[in-house]
Amino acid sequence: MKDKSKEVEVEQKPTVIIETKTANLFYGSFHALKNIDFEAYQNTVTALIGPSGCGKSTFLRLFNRMNDLIDHVNISGKILLNNKNIYDKSIDVDELRKKVGMVFQKPNPFPKSIFENVAYGLRVNGISDSGYIEEKVKTSLQQAALWNEVKDNLKKSAYELSGGQQQRLCIARALAVEPEVLLMDEPASALDPISTSHIEELIFELKKQYTIIIVTHNMQQAGRVSDYTSFFYMGDLIEHGSTKQIFTSPKDVKTQNYITGRFG
Amino acid sequence: MLNKSQRKTFEKIFEGLLFSSSTVTSITVIFIIIFLFSEGIGLFNSKPIEKEYFIALNETNPVKDISPSDIDLIFNQDVTNWSKLGGKNDSIILFTLNNITDYIPEDSLGVNLEFLPAQINKFISSNTGVIAYFPDEYKPEKFDAFILPVGNVKVSEFLKGKNWYPTNQPAAQLGILPLILGTLWVSFGAILIALPLGLATAIYLAEVADMRLRNILKPLIELLAGIPSVVYGFFGLVVIVPLVQKTFGLAVGETALVGSIILGIMALPTIITITEDSIRATPRSQKEASLALGASRWQTMVRVIIPYSKSGIAAAIILGIGRAVGETMAVLMVTGNASVIPHSFLQPVRTIPATIAAELGEAPAGGLHFKALFALGIVLFIITFGINLTVEIIKSRTKRA
Ligand SMILES: Nc1ncnc2c1ncn2[C@@H]1O[C@H](COP(=O)(O)OP(=O)(O)OP(=O)(O)O)[C@@H](O)[C@H]1O
Ligand SMILES: [Mg+2]
Repeated sequence: MKDKSKEVEVEQKPTVIIETKTANLFYGSFHALKNIDFEAYQNTVTALIGPSGCGKSTFLRLFNRMNDLIDHVNISGKILLNNKNIYDKSIDVDELRKKVGMVFQKPNPFPKSIFENVAYGLRVNGISDSGYIEEKVKTSLQQAALWNEVKDNLKKSAYELSGGQQQRLCIARALAVEPEVLLMDEPASALDPISTSHIEELIFELKKQYTIIIVTHNMQQAGRVSDYTSFFYMGDLIEHGSTKQIFTSPKDVKTQNYITGRFG
Repeated sequence: MLNKSQRKTFEKIFEGLLFSSSTVTSITVIFIIIFLFSEGIGLFNSKPIEKEYFIALNETNPVKDISPSDIDLIFNQDVTNWSKLGGKNDSIILFTLNNITDYIPEDSLGVNLEFLPAQINKFISSNTGVIAYFPDEYKPEKFDAFILPVGNVKVSEFLKGKNWYPTNQPAAQLGILPLILGTLWVSFGAILIALPLGLATAIYLAEVADMRLRNILKPLIELLAGIPSVVYGFFGLVVIVPLVQKTFGLAVGETALVGSIILGIMALPTIITITEDSIRATPRSQKEASLALGASRWQTMVRVIIPYSKSGIAAAIILGIGRAVGETMAVLMVTGNASVIPHSFLQPVRTIPATIAAELGEAPAGGLHFKALFALGIVLFIITFGINLTVEIIKSRTKRA
């Protein structure tokens, strides 16, 4: 399966879904993202890699405007989704977040039942047709490869699931609102190897329908799941290219050092 | 530097200090509770009529038992015929030191009242409708009357009685129902006012206000908690009482409503601080999960943050009530203190703590009134204890869920 994922990307003529042009982000006076130019293509997986603190999460959170929640954040440059600047005044942030789903590093289900966790995004979008909600909960859980494990216990509290199941529940929850883009911030870092491989298989399936950007610390994982890879270092995007190219013939020595495990 | 054994000794001493201070604290608390109960329980071993007095009836009168409240009705002349009390159709004749000269010429009592006992005996036995109330010293040696047995104060009479006239003669009226209801009304009203206001402010502070505004408002609200309650009472008396009086066209402005308003203001800091803290304690990951799904800030508030902090909010409400129930000074100043069962917020009421504070100074130590006030204290203690218990139960329950 790993090999297949690498073969697919090269032949496709990619449609740009997400793009940044000279994106800068400041936390107060701290320059966390520096003049980033970046592209992500439809139905591909882009991995963001780099040492801790280099700005991967910050960059990922640009795309659903999660950084807006933090005080004293200053953002400049263009961040485009389908060619529209998402930081434009006319943009409805809640609508944007429906189009750009997110899965967090630590599973963060709500203290509600499994069913209600998945239904949450539908309910806040004003959907009340219970037949539709039931159907959508089912398909989302199926997409997240969790349905078979929970179908008899949908009323059970989400907190009774294992960590890996909780993370897949969070993925199902994100999928239920039918986003175009899925942001994943180290979605498997808190999980055991078996749950991790579940999630990786899942990502491979999901990219057929979604555009995925994933942060990971795990080089093998980046190699396995992604079509494109971006290497960040101290707020700079050092190198961006197909995963194959980045891993086999990096242009920058920093990238090479990082990939071969010399730092980070 | 201390060596190891020195440090050990030092730790031992320190441990001992901690232990003894916690012991002292616990003992003090227990001592206070024991004191309260021992004084208060004494009420139910006492008779509601003055010591060394007797009440006597004509021997032929079929009425052999009269409750303290009926005694009061008789001596207030609200009941004037024995048939009302299950006796014969016979009008009641009150016969006391106050009106004795209406029936017996003064000179026939003797210069030092030495003929009084005989006259009492004669008068009672010759009038079937008489009820007499005299000090024991004038009790005739050979008495042809029925001396009314007066039982101890009963708990049920105490809790359910509708009249609180603890210094009434001959029988003290020790019904605390109006005081309990007064306390509950004022507290309930206070919560009705403070809750929506407090919740709204807490939510605003925690989720809406920016840092700068919050840093101004929060200390201001906490300052509210530090204002002495007399000042609140004074403010209520001078500002709110006239306002309520004018607005509702009342004869007196000192009403349950003013008490509720003042208590509501006083409970606000507790409610706001605790609610805000628990709202802020909602994990960021929960908030982000909701927002990332396209929920608005308001939806996140209602569907995630408030459910997450509901135990804190419940604790805030109940502690707010607790503060209201126990508050004394301010309420004493603005509620008018009429011990009647309230029927509307626009009536004067009297609360339990206000009663204790106002009357303890006048009640002779060890007397019936004094004991009754302690028994009131027990009732108040039980109410507030129940409130605190509820908080604990809510907390432990939500922790488990
Ligand atoms: N809320 C914040 N306020 C100020 N500085 C922040 C904030 N969040 C992150 N930073 C800083 O911005 C830089 C980038 O942080 P970010 O979390 O994006 O790194 P990361 O690449 O995701 O790291 P990791 O791999 O450890 O998750 C770090 O130096 C961090 O200290
Ligand atoms: Mg990160």
